[in-house]
Amino acid sequence: MSLAVPGLRIGLSRDDLMMRAGVVLLAGLLLVMLGLPLWALLAKGFEDRDGKFVGLANYISYFSTPALFQSALNSLQVASITTAIVVPLAFLYAYALTRTVLPMRWLFQGISLIPIFAPSLLPGIALIYLFGTQGFFKALLGDGSIYGIDGIVIAQVFYCFPHATLILTTALATADARLYEAADVLGASKRRVFFTVTLPGAKYGLISAALVVFTLVMTDFGIAKVIGGNFNVLATDVYKKVIGQQDFSMGAVVGMVLLAPAALAFLVDRLVQRKQVALLTARAVPLVPRPKFARDLFFTLFCLLVSAAILAILGMAIWGSLIKYWPYNLSLTLDNYDFAKFDSNGWDSYWNSVRMALGAAVFGTVLMFTGAWLNEKTRGFGMMRGVVQFLAFLPMAVPGLVLGLGYIFFFNAPNNPLNFLYATMGILVVNTVAHFYTVGHLTATTALKQIDPEFEAVSASLKVPVWRTFTRVTAPICLPAILDIAIYLFVNAMTTVSSVIFLYAPDTKLASVAAVNIEEAGTTAAAAALCVVIVLTSAAVKAAHLIADRFLFARLQVWRRR
Amino acid sequence: MTNYLEVRNLSKRFGDFSALGDVSLDVVEGEFVCFLGPSGCGKTTLLRAIAGLDPQTSGTIRQKGRDVSALPPAQRDFGIVFQSYALFPNLSVTDNVGYGLVSRRQNRAAILKRVTELLALVGLPDAGPKYPAQLSGGQQQRVALARALATSPGLLLLDEPLSALDARVRLRLRHEIKALQRTLGVTTIMVTHDQEEALTMADRIVVMNHGAIEQVGTPQEIYRRPATAFVADFVGSMNFLAGTLMAPDKVRVAGVDFDCPVQAGLAPGQKVSLCIRPEDVRVRDLPADIVNRVPVEVAELDFVGAFCRATLRAQAAADVALTADFSSNLIRDLGVDIGTKLDIALPPDRLRVFA
Ligand SMILES: Nc1ncnc2c1ncn2[C@@H]1O[C@H](COP(=O)(O)OP(=O)(O)O)[C@@H](O)[C@H]1O
Ligand SMILES: [Mg+2]
Repeated sequence: MSLAVPGLRIGLSRDDLMMRAGVVLLAGLLLVMLGLPLWALLAKGFEDRDGKFVGLANYISYFSTPALFQSALNSLQVASITTAIVVPLAFLYAYALTRTVLPMRWLFQGISLIPIFAPSLLPGIALIYLFGTQGFFKALLGDGSIYGIDGIVIAQVFYCFPHATLILTTALATADARLYEAADVLGASKRRVFFTVTLPGAKYGLISAALVVFTLVMTDFGIAKVIGGNFNVLATDVYKKVIGQQDFSMGAVVGMVLLAPAALAFLVDRLVQRKQVALLTARAVPLVPRPKFARDLFFTLFCLLVSAAILAILGMAIWGSLIKYWPYNLSLTLDNYDFAKFDSNGWDSYWNSVRMALGAAVFGTVLMFTGAWLNEKTRGFGMMRGVVQFLAFLPMAVPGLVLGLGYIFFFNAPNNPLNFLYATMGILVVNTVAHFYTVGHLTATTALKQIDPEFEAVSASLKVPVWRTFTRVTAPICLPAILDIAIYLFVNAMTTVSSVIFLYAPDTKLASVAAVNIEEAGTTAAAAALCVVIVLTSAAVKAAHLIADRFLFARLQVWRRR
Repeated sequence: MTNYLEVRNLSKRFGDFSALGDVSLDVVEGEFVCFLGPSGCGKTTLLRAIAGLDPQTSGTIRQKGRDVSALPPAQRDFGIVFQSYALFPNLSVTDNVGYGLVSRRQNRAAILKRVTELLALVGLPDAGPKYPAQLSGGQQQRVALARALATSPGLLLLDEPLSALDARVRLRLRHEIKALQRTLGVTTIMVTHDQEEALTMADRIVVMNHGAIEQVGTPQEIYRRPATAFVADFVGSMNFLAGTLMAPDKVRVAGVDFDCPVQAGLAPGQKVSLCIRPEDVRVRDLPADIVNRVPVEVAELDFVGAFCRATLRAQAAADVALTADFSSNLIRDLGVDIGTKLDIALPPDRLRVFA
């Protein structure tokens, strides 16, 4: 529906002008937050240390340095193995959650989400306690060592599990009971039903989960940093080049190499999902699993096992953080929570994290929701809206480390008028919002597509300015989605390490970064303590959200009741 | 009578697809006009162009003498009701109806008075504090109507306002909307694909097909004198008998000539359809010298409640069949049953001929 049809120029109302201005502003903001930093990164890869253009020299040197190239292969290896383990595991778990009768389903579902609330270095730390040089079960490994590929893979499985489970639960939850009834009536065997109805129905979910896990592993930095030992991966290379050797050009090159598989995975996912047609028509009958003893017993045991593993890793981190001197003095203490002893920032870094997460939640939610609304509801203006849509999807394909690196190059450039943001809390907030933009934008867009498309037409006919309908009707109706976005941003801001590790200043250091530094300095217990504080905070915020959703908003939203 | 709305040469394209082709139309002030046509024929597209919601590709629209062709919806004067009602779910009925009044800087008491008045007008005096989700579909539709009327627009646009309702509610609301429109005298355009709705509610019907207007006329004109085969077929039931035009007022069907009204636009020798509505077929008291008499045999008899629909085959040519509506009285009086042979007549003034 283009307004700029040939032959007729429709006048623009004040609403149209305002919304178009909003779209332009949004495009500008996203350009500054995403486009230009990535451009700066790209350009940096073609410069030498003094900023002189050297063409492909850096890339040539990268690919002819065996050690660096080996990291890329290592990353691919770890990502492939983890994906091969996590996806079947998560599929079984999601199958148990959606298609079997599981006692205390909600509890199993909740436990599977725990890793989301932890910084990625937490499983690494827990593994060090369990299997490290001083580990409890070190003997089990024989001559082997947890430092290296084994440790990375185990920790990555923990870290990626909830992401895959969430995607697959959604894919399996949208099943049409009538398909299964039809298969039953036709006398298909259980095996056949599974391979002809269940698996094809979850096909897109499986592809999506595999790509998400693969990308997460490729781009994660915390785990490899903590437990990688001498096993180098791309993410740790970027860090070493930039922080260790101050070789920004080479850092940029490694960043671009890191970007390629993530971007590729993203593109594949987009293409695949486009093919997916709505499986669940409005008339579909949701599938309600019926009890079946043997199956239910098997899946209950399976879920118990997986949940136990997750809780064991979390529990180990908690226990480790409370122990006086591992493994010689196992008496409990809170000394490790006195962060001032381990890091000059002390508890400040925790409060920085909370402030940053609040800032990102507020600024990000307002920007993402308003932005999605502008992009959905502006009449005409197709080109500019396309630009916004592209920029909004970009972060999904960009690893945090890469974005953070781009921020250094862009915002630290002396001739950039936005230079004042550098090394402030502001840049951390902006970076975090940009890093997690896509999911928030998608959540908002989905919510907006679900409400009546004619609200704006009605307000225009009633001569009510469109922004009033936005604040009085659209936003209140979308309150649940808005809160989802805010919580998502808060939790991710609390736990993220990768993109902010390049951007903090001494007085804006975040808890997750402090944990990395403390661990690097060798005080694992304090790093574990900091991770535990982060988990508790983000899990508490999520719990508060659930409780509020249940009791408070039910009252706030009487209008939903019939 | 002055034209309130003048639509001239309106076209609308979606890419390569032409949704409206060169549509022109006048609507008189205070009139109730229905756009009638099959789904996908462009009714909504035309309505939305008039509102400015999805502007036309070319053509002009004048409302009350003012050229509004290029104006955005907010600068046009209309109220609109959608099939989905588009009520604001988080606002009470009072706030929904008063939504357009608040921005006009009227004081609260005046707004409340107007809202009360409107709710009484649509027959929901007590619904004010409720939320839309607590109302039935018919009640929601009335609230949507009240909201659209609140600002006293000069033009009321209704897009399939009744099609989401169940049959009984739909029937009642037809009369209520029509009565309300007559009381207020507001010029109204309603889109519908339901011919019965259009026939009972409209002052004038605009029959559309494939993005073009087939005929404009009062319900009687549309029903009695359909201008095209499409209208004849779409509105009411119609028999189509394949034949040839022999003279300006003679059509030959299966070797028999029928008298019909003089056809000016058609050339003798042309293949035509001879059309008659089932209820226009005459059976009783045929005078001996009546024209267009056909001996037929009753092939099928379908009971449809108030009357029976009979399928009749010509005795002379069994492949020529037509349907006729027989009242229960007639069936009893004449002892009609399957296999009964009888004579019917096709009154020339009720016959239509289409190329
Ligand atoms: N936004 C659009 N893009 C492309 N085609 C459209 C669009 N809106 C309507 N059409 C097409 O235009 C035709 C007329 O649609 P519409 O006016 O909605 O029909 P109806 O008479 O049922 O209200 C249909 O064939 C429809 O598919
Ligand atoms: Mg329509």
